[in-house]
Amino acid sequence: MLLFLEYIFKIFIFPGVLFLSVYSFVLEFTDRKLYARMQSRVGPPWYQPLADFLKLIGKNVIIPADANRFFFSIMPFVSLAAVTAGFMYVPLFGTSAVFSFRGDLIIVLYFLAIPPLAGFLAGWYSRGVYATIGATRILTQMFAYEVPLFISLLAPALIADTWSVSEITAFYAAHPLYTLINLPCALTALIAFQCKLERAPFDSPEAETEVVSGALVEYSGRLLAFFNMAHSCELVLVVSLFAAIYLPFMTGIIWLDFLLYFVKTLFILVFLTLMRASMARVVINRVITFFWTFLSPVALGQIILNLLLRGVLHI
Amino acid sequence: MNDNQIVLPIGPQHPSLDEPGSFHITLEGEKVINAVIGVGYNHRGLEKACESKNYIQNLYIIERVCGICSHAHSTAYCMAVEELAGVTVPPRAEYIRVIVAELERLHSHLLWLGVACHEIGFDTMFMYSWRDREKVLDVLAAFGGNRVNYGVNTLGGVRRDLDETILELIVKTLDTLEEEIKLFIDIAMTETTLINRLKGVGKLSREDAIHYGAVGPVARAAGIAHDMRVYEPYGAYREIPVNVITDTHADVYGRTLVRMLETQESIRIIRHCLKSIPDGDITMKVPRRIPAGEVIVRVEAPRGEDVHYLRSNGTDILDRIRVRAPTEANWHGMKHMLEGGYLADVPITIAAIDPCYSCTDRAIVVRSQENTNVMDWKQLRHMSVDYYKKQGIDFAACKL
Repeated sequence: MLLFLEYIFKIFIFPGVLFLSVYSFVLEFTDRKLYARMQSRVGPPWYQPLADFLKLIGKNVIIPADANRFFFSIMPFVSLAAVTAGFMYVPLFGTSAVFSFRGDLIIVLYFLAIPPLAGFLAGWYSRGVYATIGATRILTQMFAYEVPLFISLLAPALIADTWSVSEITAFYAAHPLYTLINLPCALTALIAFQCKLERAPFDSPEAETEVVSGALVEYSGRLLAFFNMAHSCELVLVVSLFAAIYLPFMTGIIWLDFLLYFVKTLFILVFLTLMRASMARVVINRVITFFWTFLSPVALGQIILNLLLRGVLHI
Repeated sequence: MNDNQIVLPIGPQHPSLDEPGSFHITLEGEKVINAVIGVGYNHRGLEKACESKNYIQNLYIIERVCGICSHAHSTAYCMAVEELAGVTVPPRAEYIRVIVAELERLHSHLLWLGVACHEIGFDTMFMYSWRDREKVLDVLAAFGGNRVNYGVNTLGGVRRDLDETILELIVKTLDTLEEEIKLFIDIAMTETTLINRLKGVGKLSREDAIHYGAVGPVARAAGIAHDMRVYEPYGAYREIPVNVITDTHADVYGRTLVRMLETQESIRIIRHCLKSIPDGDITMKVPRRIPAGEVIVRVEAPRGEDVHYLRSNGTDILDRIRVRAPTEANWHGMKHMLEGGYLADVPITIAAIDPCYSCTDRAIVVRSQENTNVMDWKQLRHMSVDYYKKQGIDFAACKL
């Protein structure tokens, strides 16, 4: 019974749903504020993401007559649920996540693939012309980043000799110097994550000036609020996963590690925001060329390097 | 149209358009197969309104033809009326007109840079260029009392004189702007994502530009050195040397470079004006009744050649005014520029001519369809040569 209550607490309060949503607002605010400051704007006040969310919650939901009502209204929650479930397998501080088993890295990767798919289905079932184009672009982009992303996340796992995120973190926490080996694939993963999050310069699925807002153009009110929330939660999941795999530095003291988690995630966010602020949108067909001709070879090279090193290190 | 093609409506309401206009883009995948352009959502009846007001009142209407190149339009109108009335504008007023015109070009080009960068998803540059555009607007507001409709021009000269504080403000602003513009040019020439997005997009070759009658930066980016300030100097441009900026890219990138380098040229012209501005009156008296006659004035607006035709009938109300805003000349090549490109390039291609929809929209009533005959360019030229021969002027030897 006590174990059950503990799990309930972990899933719904900390580090589960409540923490995830609160921290998603924090990260969204930081992102927007940083972005604004980089553009020499003032930027929003700290409560802006929450205010946006609450405002949208209170608005009417309009479902287009042609849309498939079921899929249209379920997709934001599918997206949010997938992100939350994926978050359970990522250790935030210390080396243990809420849940962990052998091979949960693959599970996290699949959970990470669900939000773009949900976005695609949302756009597809909206039956609008902008939404359809946006949805197609989401899939096209997925085709571009998924392989380099998988490879660059698997490369560190090879050295750690495990498919579990928690164990990878534990391994690198024990051997911090080994993380330096993974620097090239950390870079490719960062770029692929930026693409997964559909942030500039890879934001053509939701390019405002071309397809209005892409797949989500028909969404409004509560459904849009949850889609937005799923999107910022995805950001939290992505930076947490990145921190767990590529920056697994620990002190061993729990509150200090907790603090370190914020430092690490904000540090990654600065890079993501900088990338977003400093480049023009890349055209969708160039995204594919870029990912397949630059990022995939780098990530593959890392795999080969890590396989060789594994032989050297583990003898 | 086959199953693979979809028609994407861009506009009349769309985030990438500043004003309503409709573009029906037929897409095959991401490729643009066909583009149907519809304008005319912004007809305001300006020309007709001018026919019911007197010449002074018309200044206020003409100044509002365009929200950005308001000074170019009012300059053209004033020049036309002054020409008909036979009034010579004092040199100081001519210089002030040029200073304001170049400040206007500065803010118009900076505005364009921002819009263009927004279209290609480079919002940082958008914010930067609009931040610096504000500085120009501050100068114009301090001088004319308003941000875009400065009300500086009047018939026979200008309404406001440059005083010491304004001069100081202009000098100071130009110094800071010059630095910022250097940065923008540097970014435009080195930032790869930006160059990749602009190069080879919206091609309009030199031949096509001539064929479709493109003007302004669109023509100059195709290597046509057509600038009214040099081609047919007016006002103080007769004394100020102007370098025509051209480029050979003939695409959106070329248009960007032309506009950015033109801002530097504008800064140079303003500095030259401030140094050599003569003293004296700023306005001449223009009679209320303008003698009968007709006149065509061509002025270089930031977006290109602005043509005003004016016919007077001897009263204080004009007979007919025709305003050909530069955008109208650039619309014709738009279909050609869009087709064969990609959807992602549609917004920037449209934005690259710096379209001004409401300046352009006119209603034309064709009264009788039976007696309409269509003349081609040669016949038209032949007719005009004949017409002037009767007046005693022989243009036949002029080469076009």
